[in-house]
Amino acid sequence: MSALGKIAPWIILAILLAVAPLVFTSGTSRTMLSIMALSIIFALSYNMLLGQTGLLSFGHAVYYGLGGFVAIHAMNTVIRNKYAIPLPVIPLIGGAAGLFFGIVFGSVSTRRAGTVFSMISLGLGELVASSALILRTFFGGEEGITTNRSRLAPFFGYKFGPQIEVYYLIACWCFVCILLMYAITRTPFGRMCNAVRENPERAEFVGYSARMVRFIAFSLAGLFAGIAGGLAALNFEIMNTQSIGAVQSGLVLLMTFVGGAGVFFGPIIGAVLITFLQITLSDVTGAWQLYFGLMFILVVMYSPGGIAGWLALHEPLYRGRQLGRLIPAYLINAVPLVVMIVGGILLIELADWILVKAETEGPGMSVFGIVMNSNSIVPWIIAIILFFGGAFALRATWPRVQDAWGVALARLREQPA
Amino acid sequence: MTALSLQNVTKSFGQMEIIRGVTLDVPEGERHAVIGPNGAGKSTLFNLISGRFPVSSGSIRLEDQEISGLKSYEINRRGLSRSFQVTNIFPRLSVYENIRCAVLWSLGYKYSFWRGVNGLADARERSEDIMERIGLAARRRDQAGVLTYAEQRALEIGITIAGGARVILLDEPMAGMSRSETEHAVALVRKMTEGKTLLMVEHDMGVVFGIADRISVLVYGKIIASDTPQAIRENAAVKEAYLGEAAH
Amino acid sequence: MLEIITFSTLNGVLYGMVLFMLASGLTLIFSMMGVLNFAHASFYMLGAYFGFEISRRIGFWPALIVAPILVGIVGALVERFGLRRVHKFGHVPELLFTFGLAFVIEEVVQMIWGKLPVDYRVPPSLDFTAFRLFDTTYPAYKMFMLAIAIGMFVALLVVLNKTRVGLIIQASLTHPNTVAMLGHDVPTIFMAVFGAGSALAGLAGVIAGPAFVTQPAMAALLGPILFVVIVVGGLGSLGGAFAASLLIGLVQTFAVAINGSLADIFGASAADWFGDLGTVTVAQIAPIIPYFLLVLVLIIKPTGLFGTRET
Repeated sequence: MSALGKIAPWIILAILLAVAPLVFTSGTSRTMLSIMALSIIFALSYNMLLGQTGLLSFGHAVYYGLGGFVAIHAMNTVIRNKYAIPLPVIPLIGGAAGLFFGIVFGSVSTRRAGTVFSMISLGLGELVASSALILRTFFGGEEGITTNRSRLAPFFGYKFGPQIEVYYLIACWCFVCILLMYAITRTPFGRMCNAVRENPERAEFVGYSARMVRFIAFSLAGLFAGIAGGLAALNFEIMNTQSIGAVQSGLVLLMTFVGGAGVFFGPIIGAVLITFLQITLSDVTGAWQLYFGLMFILVVMYSPGGIAGWLALHEPLYRGRQLGRLIPAYLINAVPLVVMIVGGILLIELADWILVKAETEGPGMSVFGIVMNSNSIVPWIIAIILFFGGAFALRATWPRVQDAWGVALARLREQPA
Repeated sequence: MTALSLQNVTKSFGQMEIIRGVTLDVPEGERHAVIGPNGAGKSTLFNLISGRFPVSSGSIRLEDQEISGLKSYEINRRGLSRSFQVTNIFPRLSVYENIRCAVLWSLGYKYSFWRGVNGLADARERSEDIMERIGLAARRRDQAGVLTYAEQRALEIGITIAGGARVILLDEPMAGMSRSETEHAVALVRKMTEGKTLLMVEHDMGVVFGIADRISVLVYGKIIASDTPQAIRENAAVKEAYLGEAAH
Repeated sequence: MLEIITFSTLNGVLYGMVLFMLASGLTLIFSMMGVLNFAHASFYMLGAYFGFEISRRIGFWPALIVAPILVGIVGALVERFGLRRVHKFGHVPELLFTFGLAFVIEEVVQMIWGKLPVDYRVPPSLDFTAFRLFDTTYPAYKMFMLAIAIGMFVALLVVLNKTRVGLIIQASLTHPNTVAMLGHDVPTIFMAVFGAGSALAGLAGVIAGPAFVTQPAMAALLGPILFVVIVVGGLGSLGGAFAASLLIGLVQTFAVAINGSLADIFGASAADWFGDLGTVTVAQIAPIIPYFLLVLVLIIKPTGLFGTRET
């Protein structure tokens, strides 16, 4: 690949990060962009384990949360003693904390891969999360620990009061971290992570200790998760014990897996999408967490490579100029698919309304802006027809996609290499 | 110098003693074959030498240094490398990555996460050279998992010798191959182990008598004879215990 | 003191037996299918809610029979239409599937029965005092739970040791890959084992619901403890799961009963030396103990107390 071809994606990324808050100017969208940027770091750090090294962790929020708590105490110490340490340095302290705990917990948990590793990560996660509830001085109990970022020493005149200034700070860290984590995948260590993921035994017979590779990967993942936690601390100006717990660990798994663990940029897609859905869906529907769970299950069942993995399937077709063959089949399938999804959403919303909200807010409701009565049987029948009709139609049209793929792949093979 | 030396090595799994006191010396540069009926303990012997299992008793010395009790990666770093009877590669990595992973440690890159792997000229050249010699240069970009069986066996040998080990253990390199594939593989093994010490387990007697300088016969965890191919062919005890059995 | 020890032992054994009702099913499923079922505690929760719903409409005794069967059917359907599809992708997607399922079940339960605990009461026929020791009484319902749990334990032993199905299951415990070679219809066996394991968890839920709290978080609270039990006992070892269930049940129950802290031993200055740790009581750290035990066991003996399999 040419030098320009190598740099181009990074220039595009930098431009996207720089322009985004100028396009989305409202306060909420800028807050959302900040959360997206720090979630990207968090999700990519998680993928150093899941995607690169094949370690499924159920306790990655420990390093994010501890990084955040150490960072927020560092901020308060800086404020109290009036040290000349500016805000942009704080994430580094979070990162150091993440690295420290990554080393400590990594040394006990990376001896085994597979199910045992997953269980230890779960146990350690629960251990730290339950301890956090007891150690109230450090973790602040129910209320958490608060700070005020604008009281740190100014950095070239910036005090980081307004969200836009914080956004650019996070975006800079985001860019640097993505670059670093990408670079790590392209080092001897990065390649051996893949080798250990594929076949730890063989890796040991070419001179590498699989445990050492996993341990380094775990520690580095802790470092970047800690940076993300430090950014969260200065963004929210509060840390509480939820950021350390099982829900946060599940969330980063969701982002990484839905985005696609097998491709480097997959977790970026996941972090942006899940953050967006998390913030917007919770306003629109009470059942948003149910949608998250269902989305996760559907991805596991039908596209275990996630969104990026699905996209990457098409890359050889794109190179061979065969992608066009799929478009008609995809369009035909999109119709019943959308009908089925609409039917499914309607069913869930009706159920949610009648079970949860009807008592206090009456039977009248609206879905997609259409007003309806959840007590009447009509919307239920429509929802059921849409859902099952869509499902049956999809079964009928699906072979077209398979045929189109078959033809496209056959054409691809005929082409000279 | 003795490249590999086993003294009274035993191995038991629970009550079962699989290796019952093996003593074996392989001089530097020798091509040594271990033959014996199924269940004689040939693969177990390899697993002991390469550190996959710990020995129950006895000593294993690699170039006059004790290696029993070391981890498999430590043994590999001291210059002993092995292949596997059941193909053992990195299935979802490309052929090139498979080979390159096998050369990194020996070139001293260790766990480096601060230097780009693609800029390492020596790793690239060594990998290119190996791929050329095992005849897989044209398939460098393909995933190892989609190669044909014979190609995977060649890759297995490539990974085994890529780190520049001085002592090579090959566990049934020709298993499951057709006649013509075997001929090709014999030539490959000869070429790739030039100047190295070779210890191999193989069932195909044509291959064994064609390659080996010396042959040891392992029966029920004991070496009953260790001699030149000619002498082994004429050894009455061997005929009875093994070759005779195979002739039926 | 004697009464604390007596009642804590009783309660600890009871809690341990309930844990084992779940852990045994989880171990069987893991041993045969290689799937560590994250949603196992969710089936326990479904059992409790089904039990609650059926008891208030028909009665507790029908619920005791019907609810576990319903949960078993749900489990079998999940295996047939979910897990079986994911199986070909490998163990990580299987684990993730059950992880997502646990989440979905919790949300659905919350939607149907609300976020607050439901009023699942001990049936009147069992609502009396079994015995009195010193000044404390012990409810008959807990004795009933103990009887059910022990009954299930005996039934499990009989099925495993005296029936053909049990022999197949035992064979698969020690030699996970050989069942297929025996010529049995493996997918159907998987579905049956998953369904039966779920039904056992459901039964545990039906009887535990009135004694503990029936709420949407009950699965998330118990699930991790369950993993501790089967990992500490040794993955794939039924005997280990039994020992670890009792161990954790007793340890946690006794810890809750002890109200001492470091401050009581070292005086008020303990707070200065140990910070928060100085004033925390043993009862308060009870929730941490199982995880601490887990980490300790995995460091010292990664195969668990009785396990031989490493992954």
